Amino acid sequence: MTTVSAERLSKIFVEVADTLVDDFDLPDFLHMLTVRTADLVGASAVGLLLADQRGRLRFMAASDERARILEIFQVQANEGPCFDAFRSGEPVLNADLRDAVERWPDFARHALAAGFRSVHAFPMRVRREVIGALNVFGSAVGGNFDDTDVQIVQALTDVAAIGLLQERAIRRGEVLTEQLQGALNSRILIEQAKGAIAQAHGISVDAAFTVLRAGARRTNRKLTEVAQDILTSPSSLATLTQH
Amino acid sequence: MLGTAGELCRLCERAVTSVPVSRAGLSVVAEKNQFSLLAAADQASERLEELQFVLGEGPCIDAAAARRPVLIADLARDGRARWPVYADAMHDAGIRAIFAFPLQVGAAQLGVLDLFRAEPGPLSSPELGRAFDLADEAVTILLDDQARAPGGDDLAFGAALDGPVELFQAQGMVMVQIGGTLEEAMTRIRAHAYAENRRLIDVARDIIGRDLRFDGDR
Repeated sequence: MTTVSAERLSKIFVEVADTLVDDFDLPDFLHMLTVRTADLVGASAVGLLLADQRGRLRFMAASDERARILEIFQVQANEGPCFDAFRSGEPVLNADLRDAVERWPDFARHALAAGFRSVHAFPMRVRREVIGALNVFGSAVGGNFDDTDVQIVQALTDVAAIGLLQERAIRRGEVLTEQLQGALNSRILIEQAKGAIAQAHGISVDAAFTVLRAGARRTNRKLTEVAQDILTSPSSLATLTQH
Repeated sequence: MLGTAGELCRLCERAVTSVPVSRAGLSVVAEKNQFSLLAAADQASERLEELQFVLGEGPCIDAAAARRPVLIADLARDGRARWPVYADAMHDAGIRAIFAFPLQVGAAQLGVLDLFRAEPGPLSSPELGRAFDLADEAVTILLDDQARAPGGDDLAFGAALDGPVELFQAQGMVMVQIGGTLEEAMTRIRAHAYAENRRLIDVARDIIGRDLRFDGDR
């Protein structure tokens, strides 16, 4: 594929660094990172899975709904490029989904049906430990990554890991466990809030996520905070869409 | 029948032998950070647990506030700055490490499981795994005061964090439908699945697809 310009690349890293500030919100940050990664490498979709303390991968973020469904599917089917990258600690590169039916029978079938043709997966590391994986989906074959692309996406994946440790420096494995479990719970909280918004406004759960993000942006608050408010005082549901 | 508190006491006793730790206690979170002790492995565990609420500081309170585990492997080194009074009291009681696990499903906070150890040092990975398993089990017990199916583990939220996202989305939807709390919504969904002998995920999908609602029968 065509390598991105240095200008574009530096812009994204500046934006990423800019969000590593005090009122940092991990789910929002990881969502932003998946969207930017997709833009940067011209991929159709990007998704991110994190492992819990028991080594099970969990859905954490995706650039769009199709990727979200596929990530969740990988988790449920227990197979796919993210699992391979997570287990081996090595990236899975330039996999043609039509040739991957033996390797990942269920995943490849679903990914093809969703309109994707190629996939890559990058391990997410903190020191020597692999804590998750980032998936890049392409809708065309021939969008193969060259060495530079691989380095760029791996760098963005490393940034995602830094984000996880952003709240305070990691001293021991225990702090990482605290952060990971907290992040996974935030993700659940956001799904619950999406349900509440969908019900209150008579919209789909996916449209509800857009409403939730817009509400957080408008009031300059964290996604998790707004979700939390909705769930503890549902009266705030009504004000969410008021401008 | 042991009742919820009885079952949770057994769970604390098992934590002491299986993780293992020296003491174990479990408290529930009511509204606005009001905690109350619900179960403990023994009387000494009860005192360690309750002291946090008397002093207004401790791992249970922090774990609930941050919605994530608080793992203090060396209380003398890392506990004093955080809980000046409580850390000293724990030290006097012979406790050197504390591990607190929130019992929660997203925004629904049910309680905290606190494990106390006389020796300093982190929990090993398998020990941590057993502690998380016990925390998941406690969530299921708390959600399921009533009518637990014999062998009905597939109905359990079980590993609460394990659920597919549809389940969590359905919880939010039902919360709004019944005009109640998230905990009530979770109980209603489980009760429905149990009564209809269906899998939770199938019930959740019906809720999201608007084929099943809970606001008509209130």
